[in-house]
Amino acid sequence: MADEVKLPADSFEPLDKSKHLDSEKIAAPNLTFMQDAWRRLKKNKSAIVAMIILIIFFVLAFGSAFFSPHNPNAVNPQFANLPPKWPGININGINGTLVQAGSRVNAYQAAGAGAGVHYWLGTDYLGRDMLSRILFGTRISLTVAIVATAVDLLIGVTFGLFSGWKGGWVDNFMQRVIEIIMSIPTLVVVVLLILILKPGMMSITLAIAFSSWTTMARLIRAQTLELKEQEYVLAAKTLGESSIKVAFKHLLPNLSSIIIIQTMFTIPSAIFFEAFLSFVGIGISAPQASLGTLLNDGQKNFQFLPYQMWYPAIVLSLIMIAFNIFADGLRDAFDPQTKE
Amino acid sequence: MAKYLLKRIFYLLLTLFIVITVTFFLMKLLPGTPLQNQQKLSPAQQHLILKQYGLTKPVWQQYLIYVGGVFQGNFGTSFQFSDQPVSYLISSRIGPSLLLGIQAMILGVIPGILVGALGAIKKNTWVDTTTTIVSILGISIPSFVLAVLLQYFVGLKLHLLPIADWGGFAYTVLPTIALAASPFADTARFTRTEMVDVLNSDYIELATAKGLSKWGVIYHHALRNSLIPVVTIIGPLAVNIMTGSMVIENIFSIPGIGEQFVKSILTNDYPTIMAVTIVYSVMLMVVLLITDIVYGIIDPRIRISGKSN
Repeated sequence: MADEVKLPADSFEPLDKSKHLDSEKIAAPNLTFMQDAWRRLKKNKSAIVAMIILIIFFVLAFGSAFFSPHNPNAVNPQFANLPPKWPGININGINGTLVQAGSRVNAYQAAGAGAGVHYWLGTDYLGRDMLSRILFGTRISLTVAIVATAVDLLIGVTFGLFSGWKGGWVDNFMQRVIEIIMSIPTLVVVVLLILILKPGMMSITLAIAFSSWTTMARLIRAQTLELKEQEYVLAAKTLGESSIKVAFKHLLPNLSSIIIIQTMFTIPSAIFFEAFLSFVGIGISAPQASLGTLLNDGQKNFQFLPYQMWYPAIVLSLIMIAFNIFADGLRDAFDPQTKE
Repeated sequence: MAKYLLKRIFYLLLTLFIVITVTFFLMKLLPGTPLQNQQKLSPAQQHLILKQYGLTKPVWQQYLIYVGGVFQGNFGTSFQFSDQPVSYLISSRIGPSLLLGIQAMILGVIPGILVGALGAIKKNTWVDTTTTIVSILGISIPSFVLAVLLQYFVGLKLHLLPIADWGGFAYTVLPTIALAASPFADTARFTRTEMVDVLNSDYIELATAKGLSKWGVIYHHALRNSLIPVVTIIGPLAVNIMTGSMVIENIFSIPGIGEQFVKSILTNDYPTIMAVTIVYSVMLMVVLLITDIVYGIIDPRIRISGKSN
């Protein structure tokens, strides 16, 4: 008699096959294009810091429409040119004193302000609160830049797509048009447009948009020329898709990284143009303020009341730096090939 | 080459013609006359003044006269400065602008190339990080902010250099630095990217493998090859400097055409605005043409593959 091996009945149960199949599988979760870019962006610490700074500025600037310490346009001649004063802190520069004729004087006492009066970033020559004006100015600067970039995007992408897609003499003609526009310095175009449209927020926005779309159009055209030879475009065309549908469904998604990167580089240059024009005196007009007009006002008193220029200058520079670093980070995240 | 050159010059003239036409008709759309104190003048006096400026003729005749004049260097009479020909205004002011522009270009491009190359050679070290930070700052901080800061610290606090005005070389130092900051940063960034690419290429590896010293490789192979594309950004840099000059000349009270341009805008001096627009466009077009030609000469690959587009 052979030994009987006693095996429990459940040994003969078939194993769960799906587990074994899984153990062979080597795969990361599927990522969409955006998730992939975000994953790479997250690793870039400076870009993330820049992004956070930008978010803070956006929240402060646009939030100031609802709550700002003072009315940015309220004139208060009694409290004109008061230096910054933080409650309870006694450090020169933020304690409400300033150097006048070689000695430090308490400007708040001189102006007859009570103990409860304090302006965090001081006041300007009309006694308007600098902090509120900077928040208000940042809001206008950012609005102008973003709207201008959006219009720029619309014109540039449409022009580039159309030019690249059509090809032939249409493309040739459209490229000549771009070359002509590009051979006039952008600022001259902006100035001419502003003269025609009359200075103001609207005309500045349009002028910046109309004069800076050429770079975007060129990039989009070059990429479209490449993309339209791809098999999936041929397939779409063979299946009878209309040109417009091909453009929206197949070309635009593939162009999105270029568009996003270029947009992020256009915004700081739009901010710069707005500040530049307002600084020169053909930009935003009073009583509205932008970072450029604040700098212009501050520059007049820079020798004696440097804080009036310091703070707008710091805010403008910080925004520009943050945008540039963030744009660099985005470029690396969206386009890993270019990164070495 | 000759054929290419002719074609380019033809396009240049065509572009110039379009620029003149467009600016002329844009200016015609704007209200504004050379008349000052219009209320005090009788219609006959007004007519006389307008006639002196040639504004009584039909617009198409004015246009033909203007275009004819521009090609002979006559840009009409300034509205702002009575009896001053615009061409005189510009020719007497172009010197300081050109001097500043060229100085800024040199001060921007050469250190830019060196710093960019250094960043690429010492990639991912503190040197690279420092140069990257410097170039981000250079790109981000607007030239006019930098200009005021330079005036304040170098001029006012340290008394090292004159704060404003136009005299000898010392007066050009601060404006040149302010103008050169952004071209410097652009060049440094661009050179770094190019150089990193080149340093990763096969021929650099080959040169190293054959036993060339590190600096020999860098100087003879890497730097030379990465400099070729740098020529292409000279055009954008020229635009950058022209733009900057408008505000920098204003801040430093330099009698240049940038300062004149801003003044003319604020006083609606249309003939001068038109003339400066044309001068700026010509300068930019010439710079673009020269860089394209130079690019073709120093990079044989482009000459062979045909340069159109």
